[in-house]
Amino acid sequence: MRGILAASLLGLSLTVSGLAQAEPVKIGVITTLSGGGAGLGVDMRDAFTLAMKQSGNKDVELVVEDDAQKPELAVQIAEKMIQSDKVDLMTGIIWSNLAMAVVPNTVAQDVIYLSPNAGPSALAGANCNKNYFNVAYQNDNFHEAMGQYANKDYKKTFILAPNYPAGKDSLTGFKRYYKGELAGELYTQVGQTDYAAEIAQIRASGADSVFFFLPGGMGIAFMKQYAQSGVGIPVLGPSFSFSQDVLPAIGDAALGVKNSASWSKDLDNEANKAFVEAFQKEYNRLPSIYAAQSWDTANLILSALSKASVKDKDAFRAALKAADFKSVRGEFSFNTNNHPIQNIYVREVMKEGDVLTNKIIATAFEKHGDAYAEQCKM
Amino acid sequence: MTAALIIEQLLNGLQLGVMLFLIAAGLTLIFGVMGFINLAHGSLYMIGAFACAAIAAATGSFWIGLAASLVAAAAAGALMEVAIVRRLYERDHLDQVLATFALILILSEGTRWLFGSFPLYLDIPPLLQGAVPLPGGGQYQLYRLAIIGVGILVAIGLYLLISRTRLGMRIRAGETDREMIAALGVDIRTLYTVVFALGAALAGLAGAMVGALQSVQVGMGEPALILAFVVIVIGGIGSIKGALVGAILVGVVDTMGRFLLPKLVALALPASQATMVGAALASMLIYVVMALILAFRPRGLFAGQG
Repeated sequence: MRGILAASLLGLSLTVSGLAQAEPVKIGVITTLSGGGAGLGVDMRDAFTLAMKQSGNKDVELVVEDDAQKPELAVQIAEKMIQSDKVDLMTGIIWSNLAMAVVPNTVAQDVIYLSPNAGPSALAGANCNKNYFNVAYQNDNFHEAMGQYANKDYKKTFILAPNYPAGKDSLTGFKRYYKGELAGELYTQVGQTDYAAEIAQIRASGADSVFFFLPGGMGIAFMKQYAQSGVGIPVLGPSFSFSQDVLPAIGDAALGVKNSASWSKDLDNEANKAFVEAFQKEYNRLPSIYAAQSWDTANLILSALSKASVKDKDAFRAALKAADFKSVRGEFSFNTNNHPIQNIYVREVMKEGDVLTNKIIATAFEKHGDAYAEQCKM
Repeated sequence: MTAALIIEQLLNGLQLGVMLFLIAAGLTLIFGVMGFINLAHGSLYMIGAFACAAIAAATGSFWIGLAASLVAAAAAGALMEVAIVRRLYERDHLDQVLATFALILILSEGTRWLFGSFPLYLDIPPLLQGAVPLPGGGQYQLYRLAIIGVGILVAIGLYLLISRTRLGMRIRAGETDREMIAALGVDIRTLYTVVFALGAALAGLAGAMVGALQSVQVGMGEPALILAFVVIVIGGIGSIKGALVGAILVGVVDTMGRFLLPKLVALALPASQATMVGAALASMLIYVVMALILAFRPRGLFAGQG
């Protein structure tokens, strides 16, 4: 399961002229392709390879490896990619704890890393790095948006998240913008599958709403058990637990839930329409937010490759920072700490025929950066 | 904190414990009779959940899915025993761990190959939806009560099977003296296969019942397996009675710890730190309990008593 999948992507024709095409570019993709979190990594990989294939750029070679959601394995793979594969760029990591294990050491060796998902606060502030670009979000962002949105209707919210870096960023982000009172605050175990004890506390707390951040299988378990428990208080969350990869497993229990994201499949711009259509055609399923962010990461890399050689690090970093690509999220630019400035929307889970999906119902923030940028001295 | 909330949490703990018992019973039975450490027991739990979800989706009936989960897990267990495990009884425990760890990887990726990387959907049957009133004004989910009921029935059934039937007599004899029972003309190979399939079926049943509460996905078995090992170490390896007591102890301690520890810590620390410290302590609690029990009873609570 750690097999190397070296995919040389052969396009049909190459019409773009540019200095970068002269020599091959090697991109290392470390992502989660086995174990419980594989759905996220599979979407990441599929969107990335599809974007590269569509570009027709023959000079890009991908080295894809599975981290099995294990930090120690991700570190080994990263070392191997840098030392023996000699990759020019790295990307792919889904989970914040893996990113924390891999990114600092990678960027210190002057390898550029582009994050398609994780955005831990520790890498956004004082420890920012010129070689680290986050194309997704800073971890707090979606939660901040939900805190802001909750002010509209709710005064007493119960909040919970797993006890790991992204979970702490989540509740910190929510509290940064939420003005109401907290009915309770809980940290659960990472990988926890039974939430009966937490749901009983929510029921007893007298809350008027529940905000939770539980990515992957944890969110599926929580939502099912919450719906079955009949507590019935409105649920809010970041998009991770209501993304296209997990909605079918939650079922109708997710209907009507408000969740925050920088992207939705109904976002009205040309790049997004083309992306959703291409992804659906190639893989016969709807893309998730992980696929959207990964698609943007690939297109950002391609845009920079057409402007500068990856061997000329300064020029290439400047080309990345310009963010001169058509993002599926609409307007996108980099903040001073190489993290995104983008809109964050509130979506609602609804049904299109038989398929559960999301539609945008409000904009929580326009051109939103993050709280750590000013601590970053680059 | 009302009485109703405490009763509800105790029931939650009991339900978690009963669930763990179903997994741990098979694990401890297999270890007790064959002296075999089966790390792939969690995979049988996963197979049960996937079989139930797939068949329930195809037929529209949870009950047919539940039956399918028993059959699928028992069949997978029997196949595993005949094809691979049988060759490992005489080997060192380390070889057994290595081989069954390989089985985890093979079964996980095989399941992914069959069902894909995305979690499956399985809901509780309409008959068991809803809640029942509790004394003290609270409510408790009917499905979780049903799980407690099934667990108690299985515990009674296993007790009767082992103490009152010919098969049970042979299982007990097999635990005590393997060579002698073989010399007496009992077909020990078939007995082993039957025990293995029985343990697998119990794990599959647990997987199917839990599958309706959480997400049916590849890798769901390993966290459950770790807890099941804690249970059998506390209870005494090889003892069904120990597995029952250990499982309920772990279930109740874990649930009450998650519920009460953050509140206790909040008395000493400011609220912002208390939630985090409390959560961290709660996640360690069952291992602390295990360490304490092993300090006084190094072989577990009911070691060596079938």
